[in-house]
Amino acid sequence: MKPFDYQRAERLEHAGQLVADSGAMAIAGGTNLLDLMKLQVETPATLVDLGALPLDTIAEADGGLRIGALVTNTLTAADARIRGEYPLLARAILAGATQQLRNKATTGGNLCQRTRCYYFTNIDQPCNKRDPGSGCGAIKGIARLHAILGTSDQCIATYPGDMAVAMCALDATVEIAGGDGSTRSVPVRDFHLLPGDTPQRENVLEDGDIITAVLLPPPVSGQQIYRKVRERSSYAFAMCSVAAIVDQADGTITRADLAFGGLAHKPWHDPRIGELLVGAKPSLTLFDKAADLLLENAQGYGENDYKIPLARRALAAALCDATGLTA
Amino acid sequence: MTALFKHDKPDNRNVLDHTAQGIIGQPLTRPEGILKVTGNATYAAEYAFDECLEGVLVTAPFAKGQVNSIDEKSVSSMPGVIKVITDKRLTARAAQGTANEAPKQNVCEVHYWGQPIALVVAETFEQARDAAKHLKFDYTEDTDAIFDPEAADSETEDGATQQGDLAHAMKQADASVDLHYSTEGHASAAMEPHASIAQWDGDTLTVHASLQMLNYNITELADAMGLKEGKVRLLSPFVGGGFGSKLGVSQDVVAASVAAMELGRPVRVVMSRQQVFQTIMRRSETTQRLRLAADADGKLTGFGHEALVSNLPNEEFAEPVTQSSEFLYGGENRVLQIEVARINRMTAGSVRAPGEAVGMPALEAAMDELAEKAGIDPVELRLRNIPEVHPSEGTPFSSRKLAECLKEGAAKFGWDSGPRTPRMQREGEWWIGTGVASAARVHNVGEAKARVTLQADGTALVQTDMTDIGTGTYAILGQIAGEMLGMSRDDVLVELGDTKHPRGPGSGGSWGAASSGSAVFVACEAIAEEIASLLGAAKDDLTLKDGIASWGGQTRPVTEILDGKAITKIGHYEPGDTEDDYAASSYGAFFAEVAVNQWTGETRVRRMTGAFGIGRVLNEKTARSQCLGGMVWCIGSALTESLLFDPVDGHLVNCDLAEYHVPVHRDVPDMDVILVEERDGAASPIQAKGVGELGMCGGAGAIANAIYNACGARLHDFPMTPDRVLAAMPAD
Ligand SMILES: Cc1cc2nc3c(=O)[nH]c(=O)nc-3n(C[C@H](O)[C@H](O)[C@H](O)COP(=O)(O)OP(=O)(O)OC[C@H]3O[C@@H](n4cnc5c(N)ncnc54)[C@H](O)[C@@H]3O)c2cc1C
Ligand code: SF4
Repeated sequence: MKPFDYQRAERLEHAGQLVADSGAMAIAGGTNLLDLMKLQVETPATLVDLGALPLDTIAEADGGLRIGALVTNTLTAADARIRGEYPLLARAILAGATQQLRNKATTGGNLCQRTRCYYFTNIDQPCNKRDPGSGCGAIKGIARLHAILGTSDQCIATYPGDMAVAMCALDATVEIAGGDGSTRSVPVRDFHLLPGDTPQRENVLEDGDIITAVLLPPPVSGQQIYRKVRERSSYAFAMCSVAAIVDQADGTITRADLAFGGLAHKPWHDPRIGELLVGAKPSLTLFDKAADLLLENAQGYGENDYKIPLARRALAAALCDATGLTA
Repeated sequence: MTALFKHDKPDNRNVLDHTAQGIIGQPLTRPEGILKVTGNATYAAEYAFDECLEGVLVTAPFAKGQVNSIDEKSVSSMPGVIKVITDKRLTARAAQGTANEAPKQNVCEVHYWGQPIALVVAETFEQARDAAKHLKFDYTEDTDAIFDPEAADSETEDGATQQGDLAHAMKQADASVDLHYSTEGHASAAMEPHASIAQWDGDTLTVHASLQMLNYNITELADAMGLKEGKVRLLSPFVGGGFGSKLGVSQDVVAASVAAMELGRPVRVVMSRQQVFQTIMRRSETTQRLRLAADADGKLTGFGHEALVSNLPNEEFAEPVTQSSEFLYGGENRVLQIEVARINRMTAGSVRAPGEAVGMPALEAAMDELAEKAGIDPVELRLRNIPEVHPSEGTPFSSRKLAECLKEGAAKFGWDSGPRTPRMQREGEWWIGTGVASAARVHNVGEAKARVTLQADGTALVQTDMTDIGTGTYAILGQIAGEMLGMSRDDVLVELGDTKHPRGPGSGGSWGAASSGSAVFVACEAIAEEIASLLGAAKDDLTLKDGIASWGGQTRPVTEILDGKAITKIGHYEPGDTEDDYAASSYGAFFAEVAVNQWTGETRVRRMTGAFGIGRVLNEKTARSQCLGGMVWCIGSALTESLLFDPVDGHLVNCDLAEYHVPVHRDVPDMDVILVEERDGAASPIQAKGVGELGMCGGAGAIANAIYNACGARLHDFPMTPDRVLAAMPAD
């Protein structure tokens, strides 16, 4: 671990200025960043602790809820309003990590968590994300966890989280304070980036940006399902996950907001799937067509080929669950 | 005085059944448990020594080649850095269990990715770790490293069995199977990482380390350091799990020792979790071929079990995959053989239940397929194939409770012996199924000594270098002494894990309780004998209970008899002819119920029953805990655990507990353990056998069989991860 300075930000503007410094990084719960620092994957010269900022509440806003960037995952998942109106979010959070980690993990930190690619976390391996231009160890190596959608020849890593997949299905918005005092909002669906030629860039944050909150839109009716496929029943990242909000009237689907985890460098949202499903009657054939759309451009890398049939089945399972169809 | 017991004949006196205290076998809580759960048990890295320096190992980022030079200057001006140790005594590998000599040294020659090549020593841990990452060295990487066991040169292990004509038996059989299995590498994944603090006072080297077998480790360390054994002291009073990974002296121990001697200050070396995974023992991956031939009654006529395993060049250990296959079932035509491929992955060595852990699941899965072909209930098939004598050696078995375990386990589990067609039971989107497997693990013992002192105040002190790796040694040695000397266990103080005490074989191969327990027993018998002679009583007429001696109708407090003097005896247990005269093994049976998700292939174990015959149960609670722990390992090896190696440079990719998937609490269902009543006088004079490993010898097979019974997916590759289950799942 490289020696580093530690600063505690007292006010938001202060935090922005501190973080804007090259070599400075924000720290919230630290559950991801500290691990990476010990492995010398991240080597910030200064840690800017956001802990004292007043970003730790969940408040009603614009008919929905604003979840502060520092609210812990445990508190979010336990919030009565979230459990009642956005059960998808509570379920997704509870499907991730462990209780101890969730007690520390925050909204902002969770959105920004880095990939779990084995080569990214091992500094003796090539990795374009960690060390641009060094190559990608995973493409020819162990790509079991890796992406099948939206990959590039530079990087095939996944965004590993669960919370953001639910937020993506919910069409939530990330609120960001810029280092220069400006503020802006970015839909969760656009927050994470595909790897392309710049896998080192995982999201739209610029130097000095700080996530202040995530805004959930007003609640909608329908079944909310989060389905995570994993090797063990807890404390494992998704091989594939599906977040689904599905409503029906008279046997016809009237709403279908879906997002997928474990398949791409970002929570995956394909608007065509919703368009296909809305107005149709639930059937296994329909769900298969939805999977055709999802997997149209899917590409496996050997080790992760299994994700293609698995995603198809997980999607069908989630839609059966949400629509009450039995297979 | 030393009392020797040479085990040339079975000891069927069952002395512990005739003693009066009544604590042997009782489920007494471990005496050190409170220390552990309150953080007051001091583990190797936790001792506070003044002026202690911190060392961090530097490891090779390539799998084969030569380190030409190490540039100490590249880090010497970094804050806190004291020295880069490149001494030729540093060890490249951990010693194999019972090696009794230094493991491979000359760290400049690299044979696997992650091999230690130097130690950076600094004032603080963070400084040492940072400098270790920055150390520059020049190396030449060879291009001929081999990572694929199938592509490597291999040798056949000695001791293969060839008997009769298996090919012919397969042709003649009424039912037969010829199946190929694979298992992936496993890590011990003990909670406490390998760690040492070495101190050198100019004459004697004292090392606190996390090790399982001090009596061997002291020789290994002395040999590596070029010191006389008398100038070395090792201490491991508490070990946070070993599972085989701490059998031999590890690289941290030698590195800390070299540094302490060179620098004249105490030096601590703690391996990172990644280093533990990358540089300590792995269990070899295996590929196995099982051939079973049976007649119309399901009696085996042919038995073939062949395996390919791997190790580094010049390592003697070969995962003994067929160890229990040698004798578990009959069949006069036999082929049992192990081949070792030489590859550039870190050392393969003992990981809990070496051999049976991977051989038994494959055998038991093959037995399930044979049962299906023969149309015989799988419990019944096993019962029909229990041999009279060792099938190739002809030796008699010592006590063996396999049939009892199968029957009692089946009854407790509620085994349905009706027709077994897959997909008979379903709950929602889950297929439910059941499976059975036998358990077997060879019984081992080793020469052991222990000192027992009956103090003048009537309490007792037990001292041996035996370790407690979380298994319950403190508990059972206290119970044996308390039972024999007639006092509650609270009156017995047990001191372990220090080479200044009489030595024993340590913990490993499930032999600790039977070996060190017997040494304590022998010492106590000698003490009781001396009391009898002080009283002029016949030894068999003396009863000791609650501090009172009774004989010939008289009673007297033991403290009075002692009259201010203590009695000290060293018990010396030496294995003898019984080892060759009998085939001794622990046996059992597993029953598992699983649910397999129709959509995703995710498999969850819903309940498990294990019935085990382990000879005399010394402590019902710690024995049961060992079995439970073993069954948890069954779940891991059946469903999740697998070391993943990069095909390009051979490095281990999933080198932490987030990505190497041992079962979590939620994966572990209700588990039932039945300990079948048994005494085995050929196994040890306390009639106890090994229990530490048996619980994981075959159970993964029961889970595999249950997966098939649930959903019709017949898999031959462990672990049975969702992707593999889905690929094998028949179409709906
Ligand atoms: C073993 C393990 C298993 C896990 N399993 C799962 C799982 O199954 N599913 C899952 O979803 N997650 C899982 N996680 C990840 C966990 O959810 C994240 O570590 C956690 O959410 C990160 O939050 P944090 O507050 O601790 O972030 P930190 O570690 O403090 O920060 C992470 C990153 O976010 C940046 N950051 C933090 N806050 C802000 C902010 N307000 N504005 C801008 N940047 C910010 C930091 O600079 C840093 O780069 C697991 C983690 C571990 C260690
Ligand atoms: S997949 Fe991405 S993160 Fe992984 S090694 Fe390749 S470039 Fe690095």
